[in-house]
Amino acid sequence: MAAALALPATFAPRITAAIERAPRLPVVWLRGQACGGDTEAFLAAASPTVSELLLDLLSIEYHDALMTTSGEAATAARSSLGARFPDGYLAVVEGAIPTADDGMACTIGGRPFRDVVREVCDGAIATIAVGACAFDGGAPGASGGRTDAVGVTEAAPNARLISLPGCPMNVENLTATIAHYLTFSELPVTDSRHRPLFAYGGLVHNQCERRAHYEFGEFVLAWGDEGAQKGWCLYKMGCKGPEAFANCATVQYASATSWSVKAGHGCIGCTMPDFWDSMGPAHARLPSTLPFAPNITADQIGLGLVGGIAAVTAAHGAATYARELRNRVVGRRRAAAAATAGVVPAPVEGAVATLEPPAAASPGPVEPTPPEPMAAEPVAATPEPAATPKAMTTPEAEPVLEAGPSALVEPDPNEPGADEPEQPESSR
Amino acid sequence: MTRLAIDPVTRVGGPLRIEVDVQDGVVADAWAAATMFRGLEGTLIGRDPRDAWLMAQRICGSCNGVHALASVRAVERALGIAIPGNARIVRNILAGSQLVTGHVTGFYRRQLPDWADLLAGAAADPAAASELARSISDSPSSSTPYFQGVRQRLAGLADSGQPGIFTPSAAPTAAYRLSPAASLVVAAHSLEALEWRRSMTRLQTFLGGKSPHPQTFVVGGMTLTPPWGGPVRASSGEHPRRPQSSAPMPLGERGLSVLTSLIAGARDFVDQVYLPDVLYLADVYRDQAKLGRGLGNLLAFGEFPEDDTDEPKLLLPRGRLMDGDLTSIEAVDQVGVAESVASTHDLEDAELRHPSEGRTSPRYQGLPAPVTTLEGAARYSWAKAPRYWDDPLETGAAARMAVAYAARGEPYSVIARTLANLGLEPGALASTLGRVVARAIEAGLVVDRLDGWLSELKSNLASGDLALADLSDWDPSRWPSEVEGWSLGESSGGAVGHWLRIRDRRIAAYQVVDGSTWNLSPRDGRGRRGALEEALVGTPVPDPASPIEVLRAVHSFDPCPACAVQ
Repeated sequence: MAAALALPATFAPRITAAIERAPRLPVVWLRGQACGGDTEAFLAAASPTVSELLLDLLSIEYHDALMTTSGEAATAARSSLGARFPDGYLAVVEGAIPTADDGMACTIGGRPFRDVVREVCDGAIATIAVGACAFDGGAPGASGGRTDAVGVTEAAPNARLISLPGCPMNVENLTATIAHYLTFSELPVTDSRHRPLFAYGGLVHNQCERRAHYEFGEFVLAWGDEGAQKGWCLYKMGCKGPEAFANCATVQYASATSWSVKAGHGCIGCTMPDFWDSMGPAHARLPSTLPFAPNITADQIGLGLVGGIAAVTAAHGAATYARELRNRVVGRRRAAAAATAGVVPAPVEGAVATLEPPAAASPGPVEPTPPEPMAAEPVAATPEPAATPKAMTTPEAEPVLEAGPSALVEPDPNEPGADEPEQPESSR
Repeated sequence: MTRLAIDPVTRVGGPLRIEVDVQDGVVADAWAAATMFRGLEGTLIGRDPRDAWLMAQRICGSCNGVHALASVRAVERALGIAIPGNARIVRNILAGSQLVTGHVTGFYRRQLPDWADLLAGAAADPAAASELARSISDSPSSSTPYFQGVRQRLAGLADSGQPGIFTPSAAPTAAYRLSPAASLVVAAHSLEALEWRRSMTRLQTFLGGKSPHPQTFVVGGMTLTPPWGGPVRASSGEHPRRPQSSAPMPLGERGLSVLTSLIAGARDFVDQVYLPDVLYLADVYRDQAKLGRGLGNLLAFGEFPEDDTDEPKLLLPRGRLMDGDLTSIEAVDQVGVAESVASTHDLEDAELRHPSEGRTSPRYQGLPAPVTTLEGAARYSWAKAPRYWDDPLETGAAARMAVAYAARGEPYSVIARTLANLGLEPGALASTLGRVVARAIEAGLVVDRLDGWLSELKSNLASGDLALADLSDWDPSRWPSEVEGWSLGESSGGAVGHWLRIRDRRIAAYQVVDGSTWNLSPRDGRGRRGALEEALVGTPVPDPASPIEVLRAVHSFDPCPACAVQ
């Protein structure tokens, strides 16, 4: 079964034992300048299910949208975390953190959210920043914003951070990160912006179901046209798949029900830094040159990790879900293997096997090793194609994009950002 | 006089602080302060209006997609675009299923913990729970072993010493009237609602590409298309890597049949679980319909256009009821809406301004942190104070149901029958209990319509009407140099309006007034309270250490501070 789950057989008993003996991991979930979309995404978790997460795997000690208690009792549940859980807790931050006006654009219990974030994240085993806003300020931090909104990296520089950008984040990546931690007692390998390689190591474009049409020059040219009905490539309708690092094309949403490209709308690049400005306008091509990266493997590592979640689920007796997921993972692996045959010879298992098992056999949350820049390790498990561009092995070296809304409007002296340097004109 | 502050108010859509003055065990005065501001109206400025819905929908991830719809409609009105009927229907299914999802999850996740101690179900007799469940509904999951299993899960949670979010509030046990068996039934249904919600997310993802934040809107319609039905060129068979796609296309034959079954599942859950639970709860707490009556002024912009005319018939009608009078509906026009920033952290003056003239100049003006009281701060909330021709109004499901009742249209009989069965008069809709009941009635009405919309879509597609987008004004070179647009609609939380101005093909001004802006409104320039503030006045607070009655009243609005302040 472990092999079917894309994990080496030797891992199966270890995973089962570790998960079953572990106490539920205490989690505090903070929301600042947020729309609540990442919470909504979390509540649709399928593997494991959200009720398994809430009742069996995690104990969410503080979440303002979910907890019964209010006011001072709620605040006490948060401020007593360190005392109640000497082995530590996991912090999740959703939403941006305003820094203008002494942080008073977002207060919780009368205190600036900025201070709460720093206090909670500094005391946490690790912090997961979910969504675009917690990543780098997102929409409140976009041009025209008035609150100097920033992400967790800036607000809590000492936090041991994992970032899951996206608007909202894909819940499969959150559960995979949590499962990775529960299983291996350490955080997944990330790039320099704290994004796990399994999820953000590959370009959307390279695993897109419509990629073949791109190769053949078959493009949608107007919404609903013949090309749209035939499911052709959306690049000319502004799809940012060639510029965006994410695993949406493989993992998709709601148990692989769909994703934006399947539904006929291009990717908007919502996992990318400063995406509201760097990836816009959504319905026009960016002026940058296409980064013609060959097929890369990091997203397949992601699939392996999602398979790992099935192991966690199975360990808790939810055999049906595990079976469902296994079928899906196997099917998808075959699909991926067929799609990339001859290009990426490394099996998924090989990539996952490079993850280190926990050194000590003691289960439960232990101090994880800091997320070292191990980027080269899993990638090196795959024989590199000859012409690997630099962007592949170091995903942090993203394509530099040069246009944003500021490039497209006349600078208004009354608008913030008007004193920014003149940007090159869009090629539209 | 005792001042009580609740901050954070949990189980709402964003940071919210409530303060009440309690005199002789009753709330004498109240203040609602939204404590978070993002400034999305400002970040929209300068962008391509065709992208506006993408950013506008980020106003709220719970009322998922509603602000995208409001935004895209406003741009379409500005540019004079009439969308195809198929796009209207798909939008109705998306927004309707979202409203149903919002009401169900709102009840089990945000309101129920005020009315029931879910962990008390750990001590219940599963056989008694089974008997009760069978007496109120014909849900198939009602056997004794089923409730035995749920009880074990709850007991495991309670015994673990880490009940987490399920840690009960400190309210005296007398505040909760449900028997242990009834607590076990509703706790089981809360867990079922979590699982059910996933199927609703699938439905949304099918039509929206993802959920939250569906990505299939486009100015002029929707990006979804039926699959190609014409001849297939030979070359497509020669692709070295054939497109891989296991899930069905949403508007293909298989996709439509999946949608049919998802909608059927939505309906079953509302009919067999959600509605019976709410009706049972309402029966137990009937006296709470006397509380939280509030303004008595109710506003509904109406929603779900049923035809493609300029003034379409709406499933939930538009209208306004004033001073508790449910006999005469007054007309609603967007020109009557205005906002004041008299009590808002804003630098502008207190004057009422129509949203097309609206300004947002944010600046915190309260006391320095840590904020222990709002007393002495004239400007105490980030929310603006919307008024309709100078009057504060309440919006939301209660207002929509009251207007639909007063309009004597199709929904009338369902609303009247449900209220009669509960022994409530229609005026009780806008009350602490009535708002909870109103949402359940509305969810029933809308979930019953979803299948009808899908049938219309199927028959249109079958008859060769494949259009989902009108692109005649997609090209900005055809746009006038300056034009204004607006839209009126409904989210689960209340009446939503978007106003924008397009100048030289860019957004020059953007203002949003959400249902929660109306409900969480602070005082206006004349010192009049907003809807929630008014509803809190008169609420009993027997135990100031645990003001559960105040929380019930707050949550009865299902307020969303993220929507209220954009």
